[in-house]
Amino acid sequence: MPAGTLYRGREGMWSWVAHRVTGVLIFFFLFVHVLDTSLVRVSPEAYDDVVATYKNPVVNLMEYGLVAAILFHALNGLRVIAVDFWSKGARYQRQMLWGVVGVWVVLMAGAFYPVLQHTLRELFGS
Amino acid sequence: MSAETTTPATDAVSAYDVDHPAPVIEPPRARTRKTPRATRTNFEMYGWLFMRLSGVLLVVLVLGHLLIQLVLDGGVTKIGFAFVAGRWASPFWQAWDLIMLWLATLHGANGLRTIINDYAERDNTRLWLKALLYTAAGFTIVLGTLVIFTFDPNIR
Ligand code: HEM
Ligand code: HEM
Repeated sequence: MPAGTLYRGREGMWSWVAHRVTGVLIFFFLFVHVLDTSLVRVSPEAYDDVVATYKNPVVNLMEYGLVAAILFHALNGLRVIAVDFWSKGARYQRQMLWGVVGVWVVLMAGAFYPVLQHTLRELFGS
Repeated sequence: MSAETTTPATDAVSAYDVDHPAPVIEPPRARTRKTPRATRTNFEMYGWLFMRLSGVLLVVLVLGHLLIQLVLDGGVTKIGFAFVAGRWASPFWQAWDLIMLWLATLHGANGLRTIINDYAERDNTRLWLKALLYTAAGFTIVLGTLVIFTFDPNIR
């Protein structure tokens, strides 16, 4: 068995996989989102009904997941742009990835209460 | 690097002269009438550039949108028909949403086109997946644009 013939691209490969998965996910969300927003042309009640699902605790948690996906895709997208256009970008791509992860963790911690406040207030009272 | 910098600074005796001209090297991607149709233009380069330019703009547009919808002013609780009516009363937010709609859809669709090209190996599979993708993207852009322009706060 020859060792080390399977390509394992380390951080760079996994960030690429995550960028791809999050991009597809956001695109599918956008499609559904434009459909639900179009209900404002049907009636106020129809729109408010569909928005009520956004306020369901499980869906609210999925919104936090959507924020996680978009924040990663956005920050890593900026990293990809830096790798392509900044003369030292390729040399620092790994450090930039850890920067992306660090900023992502901080923003996700900060978004926890604001995004989930609807559910938290519903579950634990105000 | 320009051509000048590769010629020696000193006037050394050249291997080439009028009778022994340097061989002409064709530019590697010179396009001729025989070039396959798919590689005759710079379409992929413009696509690559568009992903990066739209990406930078989407950082502001989409993260700003999420901040307004999910974080500020009570989070998702406040959203409803009245909230949307208030926002689309302003041409600024109408324009914001319109640009975000077009850029996000085109950026996402172009990204998915790349992914289809990567994984769908049969010509027919690629054709049908792309037909589906372009239909969905066209539908999203047309519907979203119509909704913004025809919005009526007094629909009742
Ligand atoms: C928030 C700001 C965003 C930034 C900075 C950004 C940046 C980028 C960049 C630079 C690429 C090219 C990656 C490469 O060539 O390797 C890309 C790919 C992609 N983006 Fe975005 N993007 C953003 C938002 C979005 C949104 C809103 C969607 C969905 C509607 C999306 C879906 C995709 C998809 C599907 C790909 C293709 C992924 C691949 O080929 O692996 N992106 N993004
Ligand atoms: C769960 C998170 C989200 C919520 C609660 C939300 C909420 C809303 C609301 C209330 C509107 C109505 C107009 C307005 O107030 O501006 C709207 C429109 C819009 N949103 Fe979002 N949004 C979310 C995520 C996103 C994301 C991630 C994207 C982009 C990828 C996006 C793209 C759009 C677009 C393009 C419109 C205009 C729709 C149309 O033209 O009919 N939204 N959103």
